[in-house]
Amino acid sequence: MSIIRKYRFLIARRFVQIGLLLLFVGGNYFNWTILKGNYSSGLFLDTIPLTDPYAVLQILFSGFMAGTDLLIGAAIILLIYGFLFGRVFCSWICPINIIADAAIFTSNKLASKPKMKLSRRTRYGAMILGLILSTLLGISAFEAINPIAILHREIIFGLGTGWTIIVALFIFDVTITKHGWCGHLCPLGAFYSLISRFSLLKIKHNNDNCTNCMKCFAVCHEPQVLSIIGKQNGLIKSGECTNCGRCVEVCEDNALNFNLGKNNKINILGASSRGFK
Amino acid sequence: MTSRREALKKLLNSAMVVGGGGLVWGNIAKASQSSPVTLRPPGAIEENKFIQACIKCGKCVEACPYDTLKLATIGETSALGTPYFEPRKVPCYLCTNYPCTEACPSGALDLKELQKESEDKSEDKSEEINIENARMGLAVIHKESCIAFGGVQCDACYRACPLMGKAIVLDKEVNEFTQKHANLKPVVNSDYCTGCGICEQVCVVEKAAIFILPVELATGNVGDHYIRSWKENDESKLKNQKLIEEGKDTDVESAIDYLNSDEELFE
Repeated sequence: MSIIRKYRFLIARRFVQIGLLLLFVGGNYFNWTILKGNYSSGLFLDTIPLTDPYAVLQILFSGFMAGTDLLIGAAIILLIYGFLFGRVFCSWICPINIIADAAIFTSNKLASKPKMKLSRRTRYGAMILGLILSTLLGISAFEAINPIAILHREIIFGLGTGWTIIVALFIFDVTITKHGWCGHLCPLGAFYSLISRFSLLKIKHNNDNCTNCMKCFAVCHEPQVLSIIGKQNGLIKSGECTNCGRCVEVCEDNALNFNLGKNNKINILGASSRGFK
Repeated sequence: MTSRREALKKLLNSAMVVGGGGLVWGNIAKASQSSPVTLRPPGAIEENKFIQACIKCGKCVEACPYDTLKLATIGETSALGTPYFEPRKVPCYLCTNYPCTEACPSGALDLKELQKESEDKSEDKSEEINIENARMGLAVIHKESCIAFGGVQCDACYRACPLMGKAIVLDKEVNEFTQKHANLKPVVNSDYCTGCGICEQVCVVEKAAIFILPVELATGNVGDHYIRSWKENDESKLKNQKLIEEGKDTDVESAIDYLNSDEELFE
């Protein structure tokens, strides 16, 4: 029981990630109408369009007026992530996250040292470069090579050879730069980081309970966002936090919880059952 | 002084990283998105624009009831992630309700493309959306491998064509070898051919003698210089031409002199 509790968000995330993939797969093979298309552009319940806003931005930068459905879909996604949930795409939805987490697990087991140091800001450069290249080439530059899209297309449409890129990405993450793709290079993650600064769902730190055990730093894949831990009460404000909830699970001192809204004290899925202090 | 030098070095370094990365990225992206010989779903806009517009969501693939359409993965002839079909395997069956075109959210497949009037305006002028206005490609016949051209009676492609008698007609010709039979040669009419590829699929020879190429690859262009005065509207091309302004770039008199002098010709 305690193991399940210790990994409750991780289990929930895998459930959501794989569940969404299955819904898309069913949409293709069995004509399920819950989710059609894929993560680049989907259709929810045959009516609500959902679109990757960075992909739409690339289309616009390449000089093509994207279709209305795409624009509406992108606006919906921008609202959901930017206003409500923050950068949850990266940890709760993106299928590459499973590969990236597996790569971190593997590199920890192998105790492999990173060979190449990359700045976490590289991704913002990549994000802007993607838009510039889209303009110069007249095509969506990141979508042309996007490993996330390659992976979900492989799975949803049962293609064949794209997995080689995914293996390459896994090996890159294990041997060259730890968390290299998701944490340093991915332009889509950078884009979602930028729009997630002011989202409602944040991690809240209660410094009075914190014992400086540093367990949250050990599990966090974007540890630079944890700068206030052990120092002051408050929210983890950075948009780079993916709201994965790993820090909440490992915290045994009830010092970290999900928080919805800036001032109210709604603790969703928090540590309600153990707080006998 | 040194700090400025350091800053310059750092700036140059970053510029190199961005430039180098951009070049590699740009080249790979361009390579992955070029596909001149790809057949697109009905209603596809012009190929260059199509690659720009398509968001690679695969909704057209899901909408296709015959599993004709596929999304390209790495190492295929089509641009990565974009829809295409191979008519020899599964052709397009020209659904009258065009589900694939309708499913497209991006504008890469556009119903307006199915609204176009054909060039031959003799028949209906209605602007109704009609799948028969699709121009996915154009059937091309390699007559040396077509057994109908060789004297065998085969009209598989003619019979299978959804626009039988329009897109493919049979050209009758005396069989010179027997002197008493006819060769029934299939001929494609590009005014009607949708490029659906059913002909390519049913062709009985080992490697199809009739096959679909993208319209751009399978067509020529007369241009403005050659004008057939007996053809309706052909003379309107004259309006497009820039007439040579006399006395400006051309010396008309010397040109006439040259034509009148026959010295060099008879030397």
